[in-house]
Amino acid sequence: MGLEEKIPDSIILTTLDKVVNWAHKRSMWPMTFGLACCAIEMMSASMPNFDLARFGMEVFRPSPRQADLMIVSGRVSRKMAPVVKTLYEQMPNPKWVIAMGACASCGGVFNNYAIVQGVDKIIPVDVYVPGCPPRPEQLINGIMKLFEKVEKSSLKDRHEEWGR
Amino acid sequence: MAERKTITLNMGPQHPATHGVLRVELELEGETVVRARPIVGYLHTGIEKTMESKLYYKAIPETDRMDYLAPMSNNLGYCLAVEKLMDIEVPEKVKWARVCLAELTRINSHLVWLGTHALDLGALSPVLYTFRDREMILDIYEACGGQRMMTSYIRIGGLAHDLPLDFDKKVANLLKVFPEKIKEYETLLTENQIFINRTRGVAVISAEDAINWSLSGPMLRGSGVRHDLRKANPYSGYENFDFEIPIGENGDAYDRYKLRIEEMRQSLRIARQALDGMPEGPYRAHVPGVVLPPKEDVLHKMESMIFHFKIITEGFKAPCGSVYQAIESPKGEIGFYIVGDGTNRPRRIRVRPPSFVNIACLPALCEGRMVSDVVCAIGSVDIVLGEVDR
Repeated sequence: MGLEEKIPDSIILTTLDKVVNWAHKRSMWPMTFGLACCAIEMMSASMPNFDLARFGMEVFRPSPRQADLMIVSGRVSRKMAPVVKTLYEQMPNPKWVIAMGACASCGGVFNNYAIVQGVDKIIPVDVYVPGCPPRPEQLINGIMKLFEKVEKSSLKDRHEEWGR
Repeated sequence: MAERKTITLNMGPQHPATHGVLRVELELEGETVVRARPIVGYLHTGIEKTMESKLYYKAIPETDRMDYLAPMSNNLGYCLAVEKLMDIEVPEKVKWARVCLAELTRINSHLVWLGTHALDLGALSPVLYTFRDREMILDIYEACGGQRMMTSYIRIGGLAHDLPLDFDKKVANLLKVFPEKIKEYETLLTENQIFINRTRGVAVISAEDAINWSLSGPMLRGSGVRHDLRKANPYSGYENFDFEIPIGENGDAYDRYKLRIEEMRQSLRIARQALDGMPEGPYRAHVPGVVLPPKEDVLHKMESMIFHFKIITEGFKAPCGSVYQAIESPKGEIGFYIVGDGTNRPRRIRVRPPSFVNIACLPALCEGRMVSDVVCAIGSVDIVLGEVDR
């Protein structure tokens, strides 16, 4: 080609998609937002034995305005559902959601009047993590799956999503 | 005189310091709390109603998910209540194993409380230690029930399986290392000047008020009332154990901290006695038609197989009548009121949750105090929202 040979070593050629996705993937900030039992396992995942910090995820943000990732950890009651939706809407784009555990995914053992049967009824979900509650390793695996999804995404698609 | 101007501040339900989804409506005058109103119900799960639609033994997993930091205590409370209704006497080994597990559960719950309470008050390191050490207890749970948190290990009339082979070894190891660990937490907090300033004289409740608010557990004992159901109304063979009930003096958050640390030590003491004195024997009562027969019998004896099949498909029929059984969970008195109506499902189940009753006194704890003390008050009550709202 010729052009690459003239570029000094300190410069790398890549696509914008790759750079942006790489940055998003490596500095994803989850929201400090626990609902029920799964929240304890989410805390365990960020604690020394499992150490979520290995994947650039240790910065839990209490405010939705500074978070990229919402981990819905636990059952969502009908009274809580509007709050969850508001929190999701407060998060800046791009944003992702993990439904952690059986309750957030599909209602779990609580098939009754009080629980929203899956958080995907109110907000879009990217990754479902099964288990009641999932082990911390399972949550970390779910986050890895989300990273794969982020890697494959394109700015073009995202732009269309936001336009909606 | 100038008119008093107050502002209303909404705290929660997603505030990280409310330990879940508690919402508190605060009326503030400057930084002073004039009025505090806890609003619950954001985690209402309909657990009581769901339990009523299930067979007696199928309701056990629901109890795990109420106080998810103390699953074994909830299992125990429910199973004791049903055993009382059905008039089942469990073997000695089961009693001792249950006591051992219930005390480990108390440590587990207090560890999470200690870590998160310190975290709320700005001490970031204790939570790393407590969650690290909590894994030892979760390992034992996993060996017993196959699950880290929702064990459902204690069943009506006994246990789900026999104790695992390395149970003795694992618990003995825990009992060996834990006294040192508790010392470690104390080095971090007990004489920490910031922690003392944040907790001493904060969230005070007098003994009289504590009784009037119907508080239980560390909230009551922190005010100097020596009341513990393990002594006052022993269940599951607690009368055979030698332990003390620590109490506080001032009824403030610091006293409750000291008290819970001491409770962990006492729990280790009880678990040690339970482990050393555990008798041999079956892990389930022999009550045909109510408690599952041993698996070997199911494979080789006709009637055992029929009983097994009948219990799994139809459950058992409970007599008409009502029972109330309370136990001392890590948070206080958890009681199960069950009404049987002669069918295989309970007519009514009502849970008396300690967290729900204890959080009711939040206004008394923080009115007239600074807004930063609200966090300390919520933390020191030690609530679990799953249990508050059910």
